Amino acid sequence: MNFVRVLRATPFHPRTAPLVRAQTWRRWAGYQVASAYEPHPDREYAAIRNAAGLIDVSPLHKYLIGGPHAARLLDRMVTRDVTRCELGQVLYTPWCDGDGKVLDDGTISRLDSRTYRLTSAEPNLRWLHMNAVGLDVTIDDVSAQTAALALQGPNSRAILQALGANVGNLQYFRLTHTNVRDIPLTISRTGYTGDLGYELWVRADDAVRLWDALIEAGTAYGIVPAGIWALDLARIEAGLIMLDVDYFSAPRAIIPDQKSSPFEINLGWAVSTSKGPFNGQRALDAERARAQQWAFVGLEIKWDSLERLFAERSLAPQLPTVAWRTSAPVYSGDHQVGYATSGCWSPLLKKYLALAHIQAPHFGVGSRLQMEITVEHRRKRADAVVRKLPFFDPERKRA
Amino acid sequence: MSAARYDAIVIGGGHNGLVAAAYLARAGKKTVVLERRHVLGGAAVTEEIFPGFKFSVFSYVVSLLRPEIIRDLDLPRHGLQILPLESTVTPMDNGDYLAAWGDADESRFELERHSPHDAEAMVEFGRLMHHMAMAVKPILGMLPPDPASLSPSDLKGLLKLGGHFRSLGAERFHALHKLMTMSSADYLDEWFEFDTLKATKSASGIIGTFLGPRSPGSAYVLLHHYMGEIDGAFRAWGFQRGGTGAISNAIASAARALGAEIRTEAAVERVTVSGGRATGVALANGDELSAPIVVSSLDPRRTFLDLVDPKALPADLVTDVRRYKFRGSSGKVNLALSGLPDFTCMPGVGPHLRGAVSISPSVEYLERAYDDAKYGEFSRHPYMDIVIPSMIDPGMAPPGKHVMSIFVQYAPFQINGGWDDAKRDAFGNAVIDTVSRYASNLKSLILHKQVITPADIERITGLSEGNIFAGELALQQLFFLRPSAQWAKYATPIDGYWQCGSGTHPGGGIMGAPGRLAAQQILKAAR
Repeated sequence: MNFVRVLRATPFHPRTAPLVRAQTWRRWAGYQVASAYEPHPDREYAAIRNAAGLIDVSPLHKYLIGGPHAARLLDRMVTRDVTRCELGQVLYTPWCDGDGKVLDDGTISRLDSRTYRLTSAEPNLRWLHMNAVGLDVTIDDVSAQTAALALQGPNSRAILQALGANVGNLQYFRLTHTNVRDIPLTISRTGYTGDLGYELWVRADDAVRLWDALIEAGTAYGIVPAGIWALDLARIEAGLIMLDVDYFSAPRAIIPDQKSSPFEINLGWAVSTSKGPFNGQRALDAERARAQQWAFVGLEIKWDSLERLFAERSLAPQLPTVAWRTSAPVYSGDHQVGYATSGCWSPLLKKYLALAHIQAPHFGVGSRLQMEITVEHRRKRADAVVRKLPFFDPERKRA
Repeated sequence: MSAARYDAIVIGGGHNGLVAAAYLARAGKKTVVLERRHVLGGAAVTEEIFPGFKFSVFSYVVSLLRPEIIRDLDLPRHGLQILPLESTVTPMDNGDYLAAWGDADESRFELERHSPHDAEAMVEFGRLMHHMAMAVKPILGMLPPDPASLSPSDLKGLLKLGGHFRSLGAERFHALHKLMTMSSADYLDEWFEFDTLKATKSASGIIGTFLGPRSPGSAYVLLHHYMGEIDGAFRAWGFQRGGTGAISNAIASAARALGAEIRTEAAVERVTVSGGRATGVALANGDELSAPIVVSSLDPRRTFLDLVDPKALPADLVTDVRRYKFRGSSGKVNLALSGLPDFTCMPGVGPHLRGAVSISPSVEYLERAYDDAKYGEFSRHPYMDIVIPSMIDPGMAPPGKHVMSIFVQYAPFQINGGWDDAKRDAFGNAVIDTVSRYASNLKSLILHKQVITPADIERITGLSEGNIFAGELALQQLFFLRPSAQWAKYATPIDGYWQCGSGTHPGGGIMGAPGRLAAQQILKAAR
């Protein structure tokens, strides 16, 4: 065999690879990324909530949209009003097909007066081009050239400041262009953890140098490289949805029920009622006028109930050690009224949490439901209560 | 001499004949299968053409075999074992290649190298074709209703079909309409920009037909081949351990276990008919066998024009069968090799040698190959689908040696001046010369070669004009028109005489569906 085919390595691979002690790798968009560096993600998760976690998020798809009509292109594509996006602002938004079903979700960063960066979970180059017909725009896929790190946690600001980055006044969902040790980078106050945190966007060639600088300056502040397992715990606590886990991109759906509108995945707030025409607008206007059929909510599985169900088999409650991503039926009485798509034991809140799709009229906060769990090979239903999302929302996130 | 008596006689030991016999035997019918050759399988045979080298002489891969047949006849117990054929590599004329690997990420990255647009479009295209195959697949297991008939069963069938299409939804119905009417090249143009990708995909739309990638109707054939990718377990094309003959043998073994008798070297001369009823068959050796049920698995021309006296049939049926298009358009070159070919685009031994190598560098290349055939010549530079079965199943060749199977299109049955030994040699040389353009060491590896023209296919298997699907897989020859309106439900105008070959609905490929559906009809009629 004179060639070997492997998954792609991110620009940080030379630094991350030696740290993965138990070979716990996973795939993300065709890249090889760490599930955890330590055999267990506890310390990595704790760093995100207690110090700072450093997460390689380079597999995100990244596009630069430029030209006189850049804002028009994005505005026509996504559900939020891009024309009101200020210089240095970042918008989180879903985007839909013509039927108002979600294709993907991501961020739009306004880098200068007429250049935007779009990030997404799925490739969107073709969709951008399909929407760009007749518009004076340039569209560049910079996914491979741009490395991205998430620095998340209460000490993240201090670490960046220790490196001389002027982020003291950087507001939530704003970005700044700066230099760290002569490395040009863009810092946005964004993330996927619901905590104080930043995402760092840098040329792939500078990736390793930036990593080294962060580790060097961050060690005194407890910086810890964190993998996807830790990130997953944090994002469930933050009530943030994940494509291909909590919902599916409309073109990938095999049956219509597998598609979701923004309203059905808790992103109704991101559908503008005042902006100009955009993909799915008519369908979404019509949906807004109807009573909501499905909602995406938080569930807290009651400890007493878990304890009781496990005690029936003389066991202590067994809890998931990492987040699960399967589907668990949710009941009201004898009727299935929805399904949970992600769940975890929150080490911080000391609660068993899940994210779930629930049908009307059962999705109101405080609704009492049951979620299926397996106790010693037998299916049981544990009591669960609908909770407001996010489960965890610290002051420091926005402060 | 009194004739041996059976409940049912099946003429032809191809896979459909064997499937029909197994189902008839399972229902308690005393059944015999009569095969002209010494080997069972028809076009699905494995033969040791050269000592130590085994070849799937004609049909060489499988994916359409109906899962209900696999279950009903418990074929895995009788030797069915499908090994994965995971990749397709297309050498390009600039020395590069296009590969489709078994892994979705790897395939996406590979396609992104050539066209990021197409890499994204492929996801949606794959989903749509999946939907289309899902939409069409139930029809494969459905008795074709006659749209011109007012009989309750036909109306019921039409209603079922109408309901099925309504359930598709507008988007998919429109896509299905396009697949039914467009050329594969036009259809693929709507989705993709990378020529080699379009060529490799559109090649599926021409196999076994006398169509080019730009001929309307070829898009449906593309879908027919896509269906292989979504079978019950949604498996891709695979390779039967021991070659396709092992599939035929597995079905034969199941049929025997169910009580069927199978005779080889038992050529049927004609079907005996008395008072408008089939009474049995007369063999070439003079023997006569009698049975109230006679089933022909041969193609429509042999079934209606050779085995019975056409004068005993309605003139319109005879006309339909005469009009039915065979037009064999493909040939095969089987090579015994002393080692592995070295492809310029991907040198050395690699995973590409465990998959298919498609010689389809551009749509124009394929269309020009068709142009040659259109005017009565074999393609000077043909489309080829190459596999090396010994890389997947080492038992096919002596250790360290290999067998290479080259499916070749176009090689028209109706070639200018007719096929003869000189033409066969020229055809074989054109094939080997063309493959050598992409794998320069090939000629030095060849220990033996077997070149099969459509005339050879007809001579050896009996398939008229060497058509591998027992009649072109064209829209005007499908469903309630296969092989003829009114006679698409396996019955014939002669009572007790039935058809069950690939020339009937739903058609060719190692699918088995015609054999099963025919047996069900026969048993229903016998009740």
